[in-house]
Amino acid sequence: MNNIIVLPMALPIMLGIILIFLRPYIKTQRVITVLGLLATIGTSMYMLHWIQTDGIIRLDFGGWEPPFGILFVADSFAVILVTVASIVTLICLIYAFSSIGEKIENMYFYSFVNFLLAGVNGSFLTGDIFNLYVNFEIMLLASYVLIVLGGKRMQLRESLKYVVINIISSWFFLVAIAYLYAQLGTLNMAHISVLISESGQTPLLTVTSLVFLIVFALKSGLLLYFWLPGSYSAPPTAIAALFGGLLTKVGIYVMIRVFTLIFYHEPQITHTIIGILAGLTLVMGSIGAIAYKDIRQIVAYNVIIAVGFILVGLAVMTQEALEGAVYYLMHDMVAKSLLFLLAGTMITVTGEKRLDNMSGLIRNYPAFGWMFFIVMLSLAGVPPLSGFIGKVLVGQGAIEAGSYVLLALAFISSIFVLYSLLRIFLNSFWGETIISFDDEVPMKRGWIVSFGLLTALMFTFGIGAEYFAPYVADAANTLLNPQIYIDAVLE
Amino acid sequence: METLMIILTGVLVTIATYLVLSKSVIRVILGTAVYSHAAHLLIITMGGLKTGNVPILGDEDISTFVDPLPQALILTSIVISFAVTALVLVLAYRAYQTLGTDNMEELRGSKYE
Amino acid sequence: MKINNVILRTVTKISVFIILTLAVYLFFAGHNSPGGGFIAGLVLAAAFVLLFLVYDMDTIRKGIPIDFKKIAAFGAFLAVGTGFGAFVFDVPFLTQSFDYFEVPFFGEVELSTVTIFEAGVSFAVVGVVITIILSISEDV
Repeated sequence: MNNIIVLPMALPIMLGIILIFLRPYIKTQRVITVLGLLATIGTSMYMLHWIQTDGIIRLDFGGWEPPFGILFVADSFAVILVTVASIVTLICLIYAFSSIGEKIENMYFYSFVNFLLAGVNGSFLTGDIFNLYVNFEIMLLASYVLIVLGGKRMQLRESLKYVVINIISSWFFLVAIAYLYAQLGTLNMAHISVLISESGQTPLLTVTSLVFLIVFALKSGLLLYFWLPGSYSAPPTAIAALFGGLLTKVGIYVMIRVFTLIFYHEPQITHTIIGILAGLTLVMGSIGAIAYKDIRQIVAYNVIIAVGFILVGLAVMTQEALEGAVYYLMHDMVAKSLLFLLAGTMITVTGEKRLDNMSGLIRNYPAFGWMFFIVMLSLAGVPPLSGFIGKVLVGQGAIEAGSYVLLALAFISSIFVLYSLLRIFLNSFWGETIISFDDEVPMKRGWIVSFGLLTALMFTFGIGAEYFAPYVADAANTLLNPQIYIDAVLE
Repeated sequence: METLMIILTGVLVTIATYLVLSKSVIRVILGTAVYSHAAHLLIITMGGLKTGNVPILGDEDISTFVDPLPQALILTSIVISFAVTALVLVLAYRAYQTLGTDNMEELRGSKYE
Repeated sequence: MKINNVILRTVTKISVFIILTLAVYLFFAGHNSPGGGFIAGLVLAAAFVLLFLVYDMDTIRKGIPIDFKKIAAFGAFLAVGTGFGAFVFDVPFLTQSFDYFEVPFFGEVELSTVTIFEAGVSFAVVGVVITIILSISEDV
């Protein structure tokens, strides 16, 4: 029985519920959360290997045959992201252990992190479009709570905007589902795909697909990113790193899934629009990244640039480009969490938020400074780090498809990423030190461990790209040939 | 009947949009609640308004029954929107206590804080 | 603020039990006719809210000394836990089963695993609703 597929979602939910009863015992909560996450990572890695031998696996909840019941479908793309998301959550929690403070830990912090991960993993694995909505809501409800934990003035102010924006985008999601159901009468994604390829993608369906595009663009920050910089700089560092690493990626995943599996018949409309949006996102994100002096804003705009870059891969829709998008998604989850953790730590140790108010950090914290340098190189796409292979493949795909404008924008944006981070590096790490050795805040061991693990992961993705190649190729292959997915679900 | 329902949905969306665009936080929250009702009405209309029996086992003639799926969707979505609205109300109340205002204009915030 | 509304108090004393009975009825009606765990939970919560309104908060807290957050968590635990039963019996996640049992005095009764799930849902709804209402109204 394939019950194992549900574990990456059901296990965190169950643990999150159990942790509510263990509120006073913070040590126990930490141990249980770490063990649960290790189990989740283990099962998802096992699933990844299983898929390579046996093909896509699925689980029909309650034994209801598709297309009637809800189901989870595990293909390489989904499971790769589940694995990376669980690993990133674990490492962010290691950072949180020594930084978040007892007050927040006591407010059901670990329960809500587990619920967040459950929503994220559920969104990756589900094969039913309404179930996708439900998983989105689980993830968002957890994020609404996490963003205000601590209850500082800025958090309350920014969270209100974040929540309202997300409620409205969820409303658009419901409207899009209603339109789709009216036309096709089914909610199973594979079945929707079959019905559309039988009857042709009518103009009405294309319009519906654009409503979906609005929803996912709001969730992932594709051009509609105006809510993102404010809300990602409000919460405590560990939570901001989780958000920066995971939340926008879910939107990107769903967009790639929906526009390769369901609405792939009219690429000259839908994929052109995605391409235009991605290009604009790259431009606006680059301008934002160099316009601000608050380092949390700069980091948040870097998230937006990455969203644009990955969706260039979807817009051109070739095997190489999609492989590149998958590689870059894996890389970006890790690198963005590390970047958020590093930026948050800089603010913690200096007490300043503007980059021109700090300098000379590398004298006080050499290892910390060099890790910032490494993540900067990785985000700019320097080999042998993890960003390189994704950038090369997306670039190759764009050349193959002849979209030179997107190619140019994608690579010019890399220069802006490099410039914006180099500015932080030069201003804050070099120069006269502002922290005397007496009142230097010691770097806690948990911080260094979590930075080190994420850096190591970046090297693994970069140097071991060869090892991951079959999994990524399988993921891209399934995306390009929807029939594989459909056969696995409906047979 | 369908046309009437769609017009009603449109009216609800208009009202909700008006409320969401106002400055008071509580009106914005009411607007989101009206939005969710509009979406539910839209789903039930899109599922097709038929006259028939309830889709529940019984000894009546089960040859004509309404599509149960939109109803299940709406039930799920009502539960979710209920949870979200409740959470936002608590959040808005806490924000009002801490920040001392419910005016969205004043919640804009300064750049460096 | 202490309100002393004699009529409301007297009516509440009786009507709370009627509401509670209705909740139980709705809960058990749920499987094959209108009703179910969610609305049973809401009706149950309505009864509690009525009590909180009529008597003051401290009295009810003393009378019902339970943490409603724990109730919500317990309900969720029950609901998700029934799903995990599938791992034991090696059937797809969330599979339900039912059978007819001969219970003395009641005769033949249909028992199904969904009832446990529904019980979890009711507990979760009661817990969440009361928690939210209390946290908004507590310090006004």
